[in-house]
Amino acid sequence: MGAAFTAKCWVARATGGLSRLSGRGGGTTVPGRVLLSMDRGAIPQLVTGLDRGSIVVSSTNGKTTTAGMIAGILQRAGRHPVHNRAGSNMHWGVATALLEQQGDEGLFEIDEAWLPRVAPQLRPRLLVLGNLFRDQLDRYGELERVADEWAELVASLDEVELALCADDPLIADLGRDRDLHRRPGVTYFGIEDVSVALPELQHAHDAKHCRRCGAPYSYDRAFVGHLGHYTCPNCDADRPRPEVAATRIELQGMAGSRVLVETPEGELTVELPLPGLYNVYNALAAISAGLRSGVDLATIAAALAAMKAVFGRVETIEVAGKPVSILLIKNPAGANEVLRTLQLEGGGRDLDLWIALNDRIADGRDVSWIWDADFELLSGAVRRITCAGTRASEMALRLKYAGWSTDRMVVHQAIAGSLDSAVAEAPDALFALPTYTALLELRTLLSDRGLAGEYWQ
Amino acid sequence: MSDPTSEMNLRLLALYPEQMNIYADRGNIIFLQRRCEWRGLGFSYAAAGPGEDFDPVAHDLVYIGGGQDRDQVLVAEDMLRTKRDAIAEAVEDGAVLLAVCGGYQLLGHRYQLGQQSIRGLGIADLETVRGEGERLIGNIAIEADLGAGPKVLAGFENHGGRTHLGAGAEPLGRVLHGHGNDGADGREGVRRLNMVGTYMHGPLLPKNAWLADHLISLALRRRTGDAVELTPLDDDLERAAHEGARHAAERG
Repeated sequence: MGAAFTAKCWVARATGGLSRLSGRGGGTTVPGRVLLSMDRGAIPQLVTGLDRGSIVVSSTNGKTTTAGMIAGILQRAGRHPVHNRAGSNMHWGVATALLEQQGDEGLFEIDEAWLPRVAPQLRPRLLVLGNLFRDQLDRYGELERVADEWAELVASLDEVELALCADDPLIADLGRDRDLHRRPGVTYFGIEDVSVALPELQHAHDAKHCRRCGAPYSYDRAFVGHLGHYTCPNCDADRPRPEVAATRIELQGMAGSRVLVETPEGELTVELPLPGLYNVYNALAAISAGLRSGVDLATIAAALAAMKAVFGRVETIEVAGKPVSILLIKNPAGANEVLRTLQLEGGGRDLDLWIALNDRIADGRDVSWIWDADFELLSGAVRRITCAGTRASEMALRLKYAGWSTDRMVVHQAIAGSLDSAVAEAPDALFALPTYTALLELRTLLSDRGLAGEYWQ
Repeated sequence: MSDPTSEMNLRLLALYPEQMNIYADRGNIIFLQRRCEWRGLGFSYAAAGPGEDFDPVAHDLVYIGGGQDRDQVLVAEDMLRTKRDAIAEAVEDGAVLLAVCGGYQLLGHRYQLGQQSIRGLGIADLETVRGEGERLIGNIAIEADLGAGPKVLAGFENHGGRTHLGAGAEPLGRVLHGHGNDGADGREGVRRLNMVGTYMHGPLLPKNAWLADHLISLALRRRTGDAVELTPLDDDLERAAHEGARHAAERG
């Protein structure tokens, strides 16, 4: 590393420190932005210090949680990866982590659209790829194009190891070469317990055509969105058999789940304190990454059992003496899983909900996705619902057309005011479902009141 | 659903709902269905997918949405082969056809997708070219006059193609905020008889209840032969959502 580059790093770190002191914007990615503005090639220079290499995690849904689980596993094994936390998953978030943290290995969560640009600069040892769903089409263009770019990326990274979801055909195919032979260094993970399958394919179904021959896939069952057991009736691009497989899953509502997992190293039982099948997938990805990083099963199981929710992905905070559970919603597949979890949680009891729909750039300015999510699932199970955020009235309209009673509905745009009255009106627990920027507003509000930690810590 | 043989029954046909649904097109259909049910009108839903033909006199409102490139190419070929004549016959006979985004592009003579030229239905005088330019993405508001004076439609557009109307083609409306057909001439969509083609999704109808009701009226009129007065509904939320979408377009 040259003296000039070292000086740039120093300037960038100092600017970040100032920004944090002044209390503006959390300062999470300022040093990286400053450094990249001075030196576009900074990331490849910074990663040369990571002797054990890097793990890169990406997916539409669950990348922050999966990376958080892998961090927990590595830390329990006594390792301290440089890790871009708090969902700062574009190249300045990565540069910031590399500037501010010391370590001999990297763990980076990368936004799915940025992955093809950022991953080659990181030269990862292991790529952990979970799923691709329709999400923010206004920003990313079409899903199949993202899948094509990922395929080019994987083909260009020689000798990279892969942990891939077998149940997502868009992901599983990345583990096979042109002749459909399995690449070396691939671990597939997936769900084998058919008792948790959906009764039918959900509407927001994103992988219809075989990646190889274009024939429509045939699905025996689906678990989350288009993740499931599929075959191609026309060629051999079927679902690969997963080595890391959830063979028995007991879902326990918001409390989490208990999962029996078969792995090449033996069986383990995971007591997962995070709810829903989507978190089972995140855990399977993290187990695969842990095994590929040389961590033993007992350590992995202990780390997962100790997982706390990552940055508002699912957490419960007490507000005015009542538990407020926060569940991020941002696209149809993710929202459907949240709705399914709440259906289990309710168990016939009517729920108090607060849903905040924002249309800022980080949310996706196009809010049409709410019409693809199955809000119908909870139509008879809600006591009182507050719609907040910049597009609160459109959210309320969606619920009205999903069969929710408008008598139980309040439209109140302001985040703070609407949350306070929703808490005041709730007899007990409130479930808060914000989109991404509404989650940021909510977290800031709660941490200003001393109820939740600052998010960049 | 009430008696499907009743005259006061909206008979909707969705074309390729499995392939052409990328921007929450389902929202348009849910919206039509509920508004019929709340008025005590019947609603029947039918779908025609790949390889399937349909009876042009059995449906009064035909819907086609947007799809990914691959789906759109497959659908274009299949639609020409199995449905073109029925669609043209239905439109000439006064059926309502609402085509959004990718479905709108397929109404024209052709869609030039890079090197690939896709033949369209040729029932609207327009063609679409997708070149190197940026996708046209954002909130949009237009002013459209469908016979009762100018009214605003608000929604979201996201298209790589530029659509050019032929000399005789009438646009759906004039762009107030946003890009429209080609990002240049200030026109959005197309209309002919009771056919409406548009880039506006979001989805379109929930953001513009007046258009949904207008299309329901036209479809029932084709069914019954008489003008149909629709019962007014409590539309406070619909109006608020429309205003929200308009403001989003004004913010840019």
